[in-house]
Order: sequence, then C-alpha cells, then structure tokens
Amino acid sequence: MTDQEKIELELLALRVREHIISMATDGGCFIGASLSCADLIVYLYSKVLRISHQTLKDENRDYFFLSKGHDVPALYGTFAELGYIEKSRLENHLSTNDSMYWHPNSSIPGIEFHSGSLGHLLSVAIGVALDIKIRGGTNRVFVILGDGELNEGSIWEGCLVAAAYKLDNLVAIVDRNEFQANVRTEELIPLESVDKKFAAFGWFVNRINGHDFNKMELAFSRIPMSFDRPTAIIADTIRGKGLPSIERRADRWFANFTHEEVEMLLDELYSGQESSLSSETLMVR
Amino acid sequence: MNYTADRRVRYRPKLSWFDRSKGALPMMTYEGKLKELADLDHRIVVMTAENRAAIRNLPQALGKRFIDVGIAEQTMIGAAAGLALRGRTPVVHSLATFLTLRAFEFIRTDVGIANLPVKLVGGVPGFLSEANGPTHQALEDVSLMRGIPNMKVFCPADQDELVAGLPHILKDKSPWYIRFTAMEPVVEHYDQFAIGKAEVLVEGMDVALLTYGFMNRESWYAKEILESKGFSVRFINLRTLKPIDEATILSAAKECSLLVTIEDHFLTGGLYSILSEILVRHERRARVLPMALDGRWFKPALLNDVLSYEGFTGGQIASRIIVALEEKKRVLFTDKSEIVSKDDSL
Repeated sequence: MTDQEKIELELLALRVREHIISMATDGGCFIGASLSCADLIVYLYSKVLRISHQTLKDENRDYFFLSKGHDVPALYGTFAELGYIEKSRLENHLSTNDSMYWHPNSSIPGIEFHSGSLGHLLSVAIGVALDIKIRGGTNRVFVILGDGELNEGSIWEGCLVAAAYKLDNLVAIVDRNEFQANVRTEELIPLESVDKKFAAFGWFVNRINGHDFNKMELAFSRIPMSFDRPTAIIADTIRGKGLPSIERRADRWFANFTHEEVEMLLDELYSGQESSLSSETLMVR
Repeated sequence: MNYTADRRVRYRPKLSWFDRSKGALPMMTYEGKLKELADLDHRIVVMTAENRAAIRNLPQALGKRFIDVGIAEQTMIGAAAGLALRGRTPVVHSLATFLTLRAFEFIRTDVGIANLPVKLVGGVPGFLSEANGPTHQALEDVSLMRGIPNMKVFCPADQDELVAGLPHILKDKSPWYIRFTAMEPVVEHYDQFAIGKAEVLVEGMDVALLTYGFMNRESWYAKEILESKGFSVRFINLRTLKPIDEATILSAAKECSLLVTIEDHFLTGGLYSILSEILVRHERRARVLPMALDGRWFKPALLNDVLSYEGFTGGQIASRIIVALEEKKRVLFTDKSEIVSKDDSL
C-alpha cells in the first residue's frame, strides 16, 4: 500500500465517522460499535470486496453480511461515500419516509440481507458459500460478527458446519472491541483466547489490529488463506474509536446526543480533545 | 366392524381401475417424488439436520445438492435462507418439533421476513411421535407456522396426498411448512390437488367433519360409523390450512347442523382457532365440537394405544359426535324451535 493510498483510506474512514456521529442524534444510534468496525468496513469495500455500486446484483460478486446489525451506521456512511446511496439520504436516518433504521435491511442498495437478531448471518453466509461451492464459483463471502455475538450458540453451530463443508470461500471477521452491550466481554462471558477457539473448530485464524490498514492489507491479500478451511480474522478494535470521550466506555453504547454535542464530537474527531457530554448515552434498546 | 389401521376404504367404487392392489398405479413415495422433482429442477436442494428417515437414498442421488448440517436446526434454516438468496429452493427436513421450535426465530426472521422459497418438512408431527414423549410432540406447529407472515401450511392426509401436493408446493414462490406424513391412505384422493382447496369426500348435512393430516384416517372411520347409524355426514379434508378454503367451511357452517374439528394439535392456534376466526370474520354462527388436545401433551405410547387412550379412535370420535347430535336434538325438542322438524329425522 502506498502512502497516498493509506492517506486516502484514512480520510475516507474519517468521513464515515463523521456520518456515524451525525446519526447519533434525533433518535440516535449504536455509536460505539459503529465506530469500532468503521475501519474494517471502509477497507473491505475499498480494497477487498469484488463489488461496486454498479455490480450489486452481479452473479460473481463477493458477498458481505453484517451479522451484528446494530453497527449499520458504519455501512450507511460507507455506502454514501462510495456512491451506493445518495449522501443526502443519510438525513433520512430513522425517518418513516425511508428505511434507514437501527438495523440493516435489504431495501438499501448494497445490503444483501437484513440482520438485527444476533447469531443469524453466519449461517446465512454459510448457505451462500455452500451454493457457490456447488456451482464452482469464485465469489467469496465475508461476514462481520460482534464479539458479544459470539455468546450465541448458533455461531458455534455454524463454525462446525463451515469447517465440515470446507468453506474456504468464507471469511468471518470478529470486531473484537472487548465490549458487549453493557459490560466488558471478559467480565461477563470471557472469550479469550478467541483465536484459539476458532482454530480449534477447524478454521484458519489470523489476529490483527482492526484499525491498521497495513495489517488489513496483509491479512486480506490472500483469501482463502488456507485451502479447505474457512478463515476467521480476529480484528482487535476499540469501541468508540476516534472519539476519546466515547472510547472504551461501558456506559457509551447507544447514544442520542443533542445537536450541540454532535458538533463538539465532530470537532473532537479531529482535535482529540474530549468533549463534555451531558446526554444520557447508555440506553438499552 | 373392525376399524384397523390397515383398512382401506374406497369411497367411489365405480372407479375401480384405480385400485392399487391390481397394480394399476404404482405407489409413489415422498422420497421418489422429491428425487423426481429435483432431477427436473436443479434449483432444488435437499437439506436435513441429520434426520434422514424419509430421504435415505437422496445423498447418492443428489450429490452436492444434498446437505446434511448435522444436529443444527438453526444453522440449517439460516443456510437454507442463504441458498435461497442464490436462487435455490431448499427443502429442509427435521422432526417437526425441533424444526418449528428450536429454529423458530430463524424461520420467522430469515425465511419469513425475506419471504424466501424455503420448504420446511416437519417429521412425526402430532400423534405420529408415538412413544417419544412430550419433547417430541409437535402440537403447536400449525399455530406457530401459520402465525408467520408469508408462510403457508400444507397438512397432507397421507403419502399419496403429500406426493400429489409436493410439485405445487415446490413450484410456489412462498415459504411453506409441510406437516409430513408417509401414512398409507384410507381413501383414494380423486380430487386434483390445488393449494387452498379442501377435498370434500362426502356431502352430508347432519354433521361436517373437518380435519387435516393424519387425523383424516380416524375421522374417516368415524364417518363410516356415523353413516352406519343413519347420520348424513360431510367429510372435509382441508389439505392446506394456510391458505384455507373458506368457501367450503362457510358452506358447511350454513348447511350442516354441527361442525366437528378433529386435529392432533393443541386446541389453541390450530383448525378450531382457524374455524373460529373465519366464522367471526364472516359474522356467522355455528355449533362447533372441537376435538384437539386442550392445554396438555398426550400419553406417549404406540400410535393405536395413544389414540384409544386419548379418545381419538374413529369409534371414540363417532361416539362423541353422536352424543353431541343427540344433545342437539333434545335441546331442539325442548325449545320447540322450528328446526325440530328437520332434526326429527335423526
């Protein structure tokens, strides 16, 4: 990756974060998780996925599934930047005039399948990967899982099945931001060593920094990473990444800020100076 | 009269050319029909959560289009949705109780919301789980599946009807729940299968028997007994519970003095509920005798013992209906209502 490419990715990720922050008002959004996976989503759509807004229905396209659907603002923001949807459409967030709500749905160009209930889209991705195998296709299937989502039994069912069917066209990316909704994963249902868990289920595992584009380039440059095995990429991330006043705070998960606070946070994104937030940010949805 | 499981009744003797014992038409199995359809239509994939009882020969026949995910109903349904996204028609198999209960949210959320053409085949529903016990008793499957928007429900009386209906169900673009049975038929199904069309086997006026699935068998025996006692019976095999044949039900409500719903399902959410909804929606009154499991599981045992223990043999069903009809007659005589003359013939 050239320096120029890296700078472009970083600028794109900043603009996506601006969109995410702007969606955290007038009803709000799941800001913490959206910020943790923003770099991953930006990198996948910019450099990895064989898809563009012109080839959304192409038979040979790569598939992307967002299994932990509550971080969909990162996807909305990326889609707006890459031309999948009009930027002005982001202003319709939560409006009954559109369908840009708190979880993904397939009426948005680029979203293959709805999610919201955790533990579903690994199995849907397995079905797509199975069909590609049956037909001898070259498409690949990517699915982002949350680390809290790994509590769901259906994830581990899916891990067994994907390994049994040797789905080397399947890549699961765990957004390892160390938090579930209200608490740290390790304080509730410890996941470590999460990489060893996937390896024990027969997956090829790579663990990377989920905010470092150079590391992503190395990890995603060769897929399948292992012949006959599905790939798991454990991406260590920071919940709320980019906003020091949100980062790694258990009480800042879902947020509905005032317009003034949104302005402060947009400044904070560039200055790194913590904003003083008064809005109640921990809302259970 | 001895109404045993093996007794076959042909209700239209004039069509004796159809008699299987003479080999006029070979018996088609579910598995054979599914293979035939899968050979013709390569979109069809057959899936199972390691329940191969009805599809033992399909792994060899279908190759990669046979997918066994192991004992993982949730993953099977999610993967079926994924396959359907790619244009496939997945036909998925598991025991009815595990399929509809363990994977319910996956069915509702992945198949139902997306309205994908996934066909859910639930094995040993209702009384057919025999001695397995309540863990295996699918007695709310119809209730749950019909409650999902887009989902349709097919409850074949026997293997013949299952085989006759299967091409229609697989061709339809909706998700379907098939309440599986491979029982030998007690009647020949002459009426061509049509989605949403009930099969009316006899057009009597005193009492209408409404049933679906396996309970067709015992209900048919009950009908024989009632007729032998001089009652005029209407026999309605609903075939699909969603969509349901409202016209046939409303005619029965208008023309017959008693409607009887017979089902191996909880009283809540099944045919009795469906009938009640239809009557209310159309502002009709009818006298209804429901026969279902009212808020309880059944005694686990071999099938015929279950039936007699629970009061669902043809003879027991007939007896309860006769009591209800006699009660009706007594009430009418007491009331001196004008319908008495009609019921007097009983």
